[in-house]
Amino acid sequence: MVAERSGAQILVEALCDLGVEVVFGYPGGAVLPIYDELFKQKRIRHILVRQEGGAAHAAEGYARSTGKPGVVLVTSGPGATNAVTGITDALMDSIPMVVITGQVATHLIGSDAFQEADTIGITRHCTKHNYLVKDPAKLGEVVHEAFHIATSGRPGPVLIDLPKDVQVATAPYRKPAGPGTHGYRPQVKAEAHLVEAAIAMLAAAERPILYTGGGVINSGPAASQILRELARITGAPVTSTLMGLGAFPASSPQWLGMLGMHGTYESNMAMNQADLIVCLGARFDDRITGRLDAFAPHSKKIHVDIDRSSINKTVRADLALVGDVGRVMEDMVKLWKARQPETPDLKPWWKRIDEWRAKKSLAYPDSTKEIMPQHAIRRLWEATHHRNPIITTEVGQHQMWAAQHFDFESPNKWLTSGGLGTMGYGLPAAIGAQLGNPNALVIDIAGEASILMNIQEMSTAAQYRLPIKVFILNNEYMGMVRQWQELTYSGRYSESYSEALPDFVRLAEAFGWRGMRIEDPGELDSGIDAMLKHDGPVMVDCRVAKLANCFPMIPSGAAHTDMLLHSDEVSGELDDAAKALV
Amino acid sequence: MHIKPEAAERHTLSIVVDNEAGILARIAGMFTARGYNIESLTVSDITPDHAVSRITIVTSGSPEVIDQIIAQLDRLVNVHKVTDLSELGPHVERELALVKVVGSGDHRIEALRLAEVYRARVVDATTTSFVFEVTGGIEKIDKFLELMREVGLVEVARTGIAAIARGKEAA
Repeated sequence: MVAERSGAQILVEALCDLGVEVVFGYPGGAVLPIYDELFKQKRIRHILVRQEGGAAHAAEGYARSTGKPGVVLVTSGPGATNAVTGITDALMDSIPMVVITGQVATHLIGSDAFQEADTIGITRHCTKHNYLVKDPAKLGEVVHEAFHIATSGRPGPVLIDLPKDVQVATAPYRKPAGPGTHGYRPQVKAEAHLVEAAIAMLAAAERPILYTGGGVINSGPAASQILRELARITGAPVTSTLMGLGAFPASSPQWLGMLGMHGTYESNMAMNQADLIVCLGARFDDRITGRLDAFAPHSKKIHVDIDRSSINKTVRADLALVGDVGRVMEDMVKLWKARQPETPDLKPWWKRIDEWRAKKSLAYPDSTKEIMPQHAIRRLWEATHHRNPIITTEVGQHQMWAAQHFDFESPNKWLTSGGLGTMGYGLPAAIGAQLGNPNALVIDIAGEASILMNIQEMSTAAQYRLPIKVFILNNEYMGMVRQWQELTYSGRYSESYSEALPDFVRLAEAFGWRGMRIEDPGELDSGIDAMLKHDGPVMVDCRVAKLANCFPMIPSGAAHTDMLLHSDEVSGELDDAAKALV
Repeated sequence: MHIKPEAAERHTLSIVVDNEAGILARIAGMFTARGYNIESLTVSDITPDHAVSRITIVTSGSPEVIDQIIAQLDRLVNVHKVTDLSELGPHVERELALVKVVGSGDHRIEALRLAEVYRARVVDATTTSFVFEVTGGIEKIDKFLELMREVGLVEVARTGIAAIARGKEAA
């Protein structure tokens, strides 16, 4: 006979059984029984955020930097709706996350009760799966199943909506033997004959390229290692999406840099001219492909993805392998080594790549008068890369500059909102990353507009004494919006000026942080140094060139070969078809 | 700039799902969220323990879109199996319609005669109306309704398609 416990006790017990160490949350009426249980125990650490959106992003940062699922606990109604952006962000970027939301008592559901929202309805399409639990006897199993779904296959957010009466009612709980998800069985291993075919195509290719994505990071650190091995034995160049940065070392001579809209010239030209693209855990997103009918016209494509719906969604694959990208690459490497295939000489291919590299597409104008944002990021990299820091970003120009100019050598160090592009992600994500990696140097490279979107989380960092650094590239504009307005709308800067900005130094001090300002290029290094030396949270207001644009750039709706390298190639107004694209 | 519609073909999908609250919203919502069409949808409980349901959806799209619909359905946690009956080969599709026709004189006689041709049964009658029950594929029912419109059709209720593969194998 198992002793009966309340739903709240069952929840906490199940979280402990699943090895949860940290929960990001915010209390409220509909989760009071759970908070009372948290109060009585010592195994789970609760991190009190300042707004539920912050909890979701902090959980994402924790998950992305540790590989463990992030856990969120929020109340019903506004608690749940505030978390929706972070949940959607986790869905788009395949971040394992379990969100527990309080709900009004079951008999009140549908009555427009106080703080009632149809959380299940609202989150049905922004979660990988969600549950409304109406019986405490089923709760334990649901919690275990939720973690299994969130962390297996293509990871994503899973939400459990828990009415208050179910938190109070009692039932027996026993740790389930295994996950009980009947229909849910993600395929992790690709069929052997497909791996064989992939090797044959790769061995025959004269102009191959490995196009890697966030799936390599999600597959775990072993996948990044095996990717290096695959690149070594095949000799193929490697490029990556925004989400995949760090899986392959930027210091490798085989690294071409990021591809896509703000990717390097060499990576985009190599994609365009390749005869074989091996897509490893990426999804041919529109930021990558540019104009679809002109995308990589001469190549065959091998697509490895754990999510079958990613295959043939936008770009037709000649060979599709459904499986965990790490496992598939492992099989490919094994088979390659066993076969020792004859391969064409890749030297002519590398010669062409070197010609594209010679364009130096990431070069930017130098200035002694003002701080160039690209230069600031490069100096930040110089000062910190030996410490293998975790970098988070907000969304916009600073994010793209960070992706271009901050080099990563290992996975789980680059946390950014890719698919959803959520401004306000970086600060809470840094908080989550610092909690998961107490000894790591965690820096949020931010913009002055984005940082204000979740500025309240400075208080969270102060409360838990998290020594995160927020490095704001302050150009007084929503820079990416302004850049597009310059490119597309003849420079009509509609609402993109950051008016009435706070004094970030005094703002930092008000939150108990150290605040600093860097205005002169000559102060840049010493300023970065002072930021790093301070043993606590620091906010740096780095004043950068106001009208700098992020290049290279493939304008939306353009082909890889139509890449803009410099601002003087920019036209004033685009046609309607281009304007209709994001 | 104008928006161009895409060419589409019709497919009948048979989806076996967990019989639980919200499953219909999950499936239907996926269609609307991703901009796919639902032409017809039926749901029914198909096992003695009420654990699973079969949803039959008639949808339309290009072959790429149909492939994507199936993949998107397949990844839903509550979905056990998706079968594209149109792709699988010969299958039977049936729909039931209840058709109310009001009229007198020649129209009434003509309605009865057409009903006989279409093997529609009279399930209700007054001196000025009939309710016909007709079963068949979408095209047969569409044709029957077209004829009934000329002889006094006032109301229609249709069930949507139920479909199953021919032969001894369970799909």
